[in-house]
Amino acid sequence: MNVITISGPPSSGKTSIILKTIRVLHERKLKVGVVKFDCLYTNDDILYKKAGVPVKKGLSGSLCPDHYFVSNIEEVVQWGRKENLDVLITESAGLCNRCSPYIKDIKAICVIDNLSGINTPKKIGPMLKSADIVVITKGDIVSQAEREVFASKVHSVNPKAITMHVNGLTGQGAFELSTLLYDEKEDIETVKGKELRFSMPSALCSYCLGEKRIGEDYQMGNVRKLKLGDEND
Amino acid sequence: MINIKEIEEMKIKELEKKYPFAVSFFENNHLNLEGYDEYTFEQYLNHFTEEEIEEWAIDIERMKVDFIVYMNQMLAFLGIKEADQVNSLTIIAGKDKYREKEHFETFTIHKGEIVSIVGPTGSGKSRLLADIEWTANKDTPTERRILINDEIPDKKWRFSSSNKLVAQLSQNMNFVMDLTVMEFIELHAKSRMIQNEQEVIKKIIDAANHLAGEKFDLDTPITSLSGGQSRALMIADTAILSTSPIVLIDEIENAGIDRKRALNLLINEEKIVLMATHDPTLALMADKRIVIKNGGIHKVIQTNDREKEVLVELEKMDKMISTFRADLRKGEILKK
Repeated sequence: MNVITISGPPSSGKTSIILKTIRVLHERKLKVGVVKFDCLYTNDDILYKKAGVPVKKGLSGSLCPDHYFVSNIEEVVQWGRKENLDVLITESAGLCNRCSPYIKDIKAICVIDNLSGINTPKKIGPMLKSADIVVITKGDIVSQAEREVFASKVHSVNPKAITMHVNGLTGQGAFELSTLLYDEKEDIETVKGKELRFSMPSALCSYCLGEKRIGEDYQMGNVRKLKLGDEND
Repeated sequence: MINIKEIEEMKIKELEKKYPFAVSFFENNHLNLEGYDEYTFEQYLNHFTEEEIEEWAIDIERMKVDFIVYMNQMLAFLGIKEADQVNSLTIIAGKDKYREKEHFETFTIHKGEIVSIVGPTGSGKSRLLADIEWTANKDTPTERRILINDEIPDKKWRFSSSNKLVAQLSQNMNFVMDLTVMEFIELHAKSRMIQNEQEVIKKIIDAANHLAGEKFDLDTPITSLSGGQSRALMIADTAILSTSPIVLIDEIENAGIDRKRALNLLINEEKIVLMATHDPTLALMADKRIVIKNGGIHKVIQTNDREKEVLVELEKMDKMISTFRADLRKGEILKK
């Protein structure tokens, strides 16, 4: 079984891209399953079911979505094996721009869109910088120049990645993307013992544990203060 | 090719001087270089504290590798010479939707030629354009093959982000950035590593104004340009600034832009122009046109002299409409 992790900011077009790509993989008679990770709500599982794709969803709720992802990924891989999948795709939204669910030796794809603004590549951390393939979406609604500028910004923060333009609505580029996804020789039995490409943000403060009150008296643990300039006066 | 050894020992200020484009790597990774002029690249990488590395999600090893890849790609990009020029594009027949062979053998388009593509919506125009962009080699659903300069093209065209084979002018020509015309072209020029920026900016704006019905200046926000002005700016910018040798156009609407001049501009900049259109004027301006049916190329028609006569008539009509439009704008009464 091949495993592919796909992540990207909310509404960047991950689900559309995956659905269009799966359609091409289906033509090659490959069995593809998806596990969708989100925070509070998703009904993308309905879209996948409609396309005949075995799907599971995981809502992280009060937990950090990427921490939730890592704690569950091995079980997810075992589910994929039980379903006899050729390709298992995990989809997750990068919510804080600092996290990334990518695992060493597991194909990692980041999806971002042209509409998110040209400084976005600069703002997204390891989720973009350590991806193997960067898929840029919504190219049909901006100009050629804007596409070129955006792609060059992506390129300068992750020069090693393959950068592709895929249209989630028409599927243009999905066939090309699909050719990069499946490797016959690869067979992942487990991700136990594998490592994340990048550490997740460390945080454990009173607010992580449910504190709601504001003020220094209630702040404990990993707390840092914003520098507003007065301390130097 | 430069290697990590050479770079590691160079001082930041030497790097900046010798490879000015290196600066944008640091900028886009928001790494501050100020005050580190005298550091070597190696020392610079090692100056981050554990805390900073954690805090800003810096991956030193990865950054080193990325920087070398980036530098070499940029050097390769800047060094593109005659050898990389695209003089011709050849399409070798594949199959249509019903798995039947397309109605032609091979079709070659040369630099400076315009080819239009006609056919009903959903007939397979996008797939043809995608095959060209992907330099298909019997590995797409149509099994077409694409040759560049009569040879099987290098795979680099598929994956290079800075050196794409095809520039696309899509039908909805919107701008989404909140910038003036000047800032916009400047930004694009920077991403293309242009040396003589100011000169190029002037050339683009002159060309765009030559195409547009109504003139605009460098301080105009791009989002407040009219449809015709936007199209004019996009075409001028693609013709002059884009390095892609092939331009795909998905229809150019008639309003507010001189389409004949637009096509001439692209050809003068030595592009190969493919244009999907249903507009008879545009279709006949092309030297040849491809007719698409059932997902395949049905035939290739050479624009003959009789059609060129039709074109003359069409152009007269176009001219009449645009004169009326201009009069209307000026508040005049229209008369025959």
